[in-house]
Amino acid sequence: MAEIIQEEKGGGKKKAKKHAPHIDMTPMVDLMCLLITFFMLTTAFSKAKVMEINLPEKIKDPTKQEAPRISASRTLNLILGPNDKIYWYPGSVKPEEYNSLPPVTELDYSAEATGVRRMLLERNRALFKKIDEFNQQVISGKLVISQDSVLKSIAQLKKIDDTGPIVLIKAYKKANYGNFVDILDEMNICGIARYTFVPIAWYEERMVENAAGIAPTPTASTK
Amino acid sequence: MPKIKLPTKSPHIDMTPMVDLFSVVLTFLMLTTTMRQQEPAPVDTPYSISEKPTPDFNTLTLLLSKDDKVFINFDNGPDTLLKFRPKILAEMGKRYNIEFTDAELREFEKYPSSMGVPILQMKEFLDAKEAKAKAVFQTGIPCDSLDNQLALWVLFARQVNPNIQACIKGDSKTGFPIVQKVLDIMQDKNVNKFNLITSLEGAKINLEEIQK
Repeated sequence: MAEIIQEEKGGGKKKAKKHAPHIDMTPMVDLMCLLITFFMLTTAFSKAKVMEINLPEKIKDPTKQEAPRISASRTLNLILGPNDKIYWYPGSVKPEEYNSLPPVTELDYSAEATGVRRMLLERNRALFKKIDEFNQQVISGKLVISQDSVLKSIAQLKKIDDTGPIVLIKAYKKANYGNFVDILDEMNICGIARYTFVPIAWYEERMVENAAGIAPTPTASTK
Repeated sequence: MPKIKLPTKSPHIDMTPMVDLFSVVLTFLMLTTTMRQQEPAPVDTPYSISEKPTPDFNTLTLLLSKDDKVFINFDNGPDTLLKFRPKILAEMGKRYNIEFTDAELREFEKYPSSMGVPILQMKEFLDAKEAKAKAVFQTGIPCDSLDNQLALWVLFARQVNPNIQACIKGDSKTGFPIVQKVLDIMQDKNVNKFNLITSLEGAKINLEEIQK
């Protein structure tokens, strides 16, 4: 196709014509195109990343070990609700409040004003600023240290922090795995020093159901 | 006026540079490629800002599909030298009184993607020759309290390879109850550190806006 061979017209005498030996490369190019396309489509260029999470060890014998005490004023409870919503309330619910449960505030996963990121950053501003300043110093070259020690220093900043919130993440049964990863991601983005994932309590299920307008499930009401 | 007749020439295109370039690209792609493994269930991993790459070996990956099935994978296929996979299967067979032949153990070692086969069907699964016949057995690993095979897989995997790390690969739409169940089972076996497999995305934070 790329080559049209012209016949030599003319006199009866045919001269053996000298010409460069042309190899028709079209089929080869065709094949190569095919292979390249195949490899490009099957190659996984970017490797999947992982996000680490450490869960608190299970307390197997409740008589030996009691739950760690944390100050209620710093505690934030985030409950992953259905339909990509988050419900949160500060502090804890005391047993005498079970009949009139405290209200929960609804948030979503966006970075906008209604998002959980705004709320967390507001509460974690002091620590976040410190981490941000530190990162800026590293980026601008004022501080020359290896990547490992950067991570260590940030971990140290988080460790000594005593103003940021302590976030307890709980999941209502209609939440999904994406919500779980998203909220842990928000913790990393906002530089929250102390967060953990704990099982949801029955009254928290009730609070979500009240807020989201879902009929209470029998398992929650029997307790 | 006489028309000027241009001699018709055959349109020769010199394809040599193009072929050269193609060869280079092709060689590059062939050398760098790592084949994308076909998982038994389609999974869209959620996004996060984490930049830590997935470990290549010493992994125990649990795949949680949208329809609440659990699949398991050790070391992502045959790229392990220490051959942990056949040992794990042999342990599992001992527990359930199933004798696996050498050929079956080898097949288990080579199997490239996650497996969700109940142990009682594992023999038939490994003996099946075609991919379609194999797919029939991928019904998810039983993990309820009556027959908790997932817990045993985790237990034996950790016995055979103490350095194994737990990875969880779930679809963003996987319901939370199954995730909770799997985490509970793992924690019962004293696994408290998890790697959640995600895809990378950027996050933007506007500090000034927050301080308003």
